[in-house]
Amino acid sequence: MAHLTYLAVLAGCLLGAVWLEPVLRVGVLRQWRRLLLTLVPVVLVFGGWDVAAIAAHHWSYDRAQTTGVLLPGRLPLEELLFFVVIPVCAILGFEAVRKRLRR
Amino acid sequence: MTYTVAVVLGATGALLLDLVVLRTRLVLGRVFWVTYPIVLAGQLLANGILTGRRIVRYDPHAILGLWVDYAPVEDLAFGFALVLTTLAIWVRLGRATPPPSAPPPR
Repeated sequence: MAHLTYLAVLAGCLLGAVWLEPVLRVGVLRQWRRLLLTLVPVVLVFGGWDVAAIAAHHWSYDRAQTTGVLLPGRLPLEELLFFVVIPVCAILGFEAVRKRLRR
Repeated sequence: MTYTVAVVLGATGALLLDLVVLRTRLVLGRVFWVTYPIVLAGQLLANGILTGRRIVRYDPHAILGLWVDYAPVEDLAFGFALVLTTLAIWVRLGRATPPPSAPPPR
């Protein structure tokens, strides 16, 4: 199970924020096209940074605590998901704050 | 280039994107600065697990060596760049095509 550790952290992040969609009706996931258009450049830029940092040995990942699925550039699958999950959480939080401040 | 240099460039790039390129000016407004500490708390928790359990490991030569719980201080700037870039693009796209139920951002 240890190889699912990183995935579990990502699932925890998502669970911590995704409730804002139904409970506060922030309407982020509902705007899936806008969300997708936001995520594509973010994934490309930060995924590219990650690939460059892995190549430059700035950081590395523990094979025992990740699935071991490597994408082009030796990018762990979890890192790609990280650049989807964290932006989605940030947008959900941002829209929730915006909604509360407007009231 | 070290992670330190890369992250200074990354955070500067995100600020330029917000202030000059997309002109979303989120860092000059209230919503971003209310949101950011919440996101930061989540980051400290999640990144604390990722770095504390050594799922991610850093080359000591690529960083300053200042640590915020188990993570290099550079990770804070990386998170800032990631979040600001994301929100600036999201808000800019919202201006381009405002959904019927949501008024345009401030």
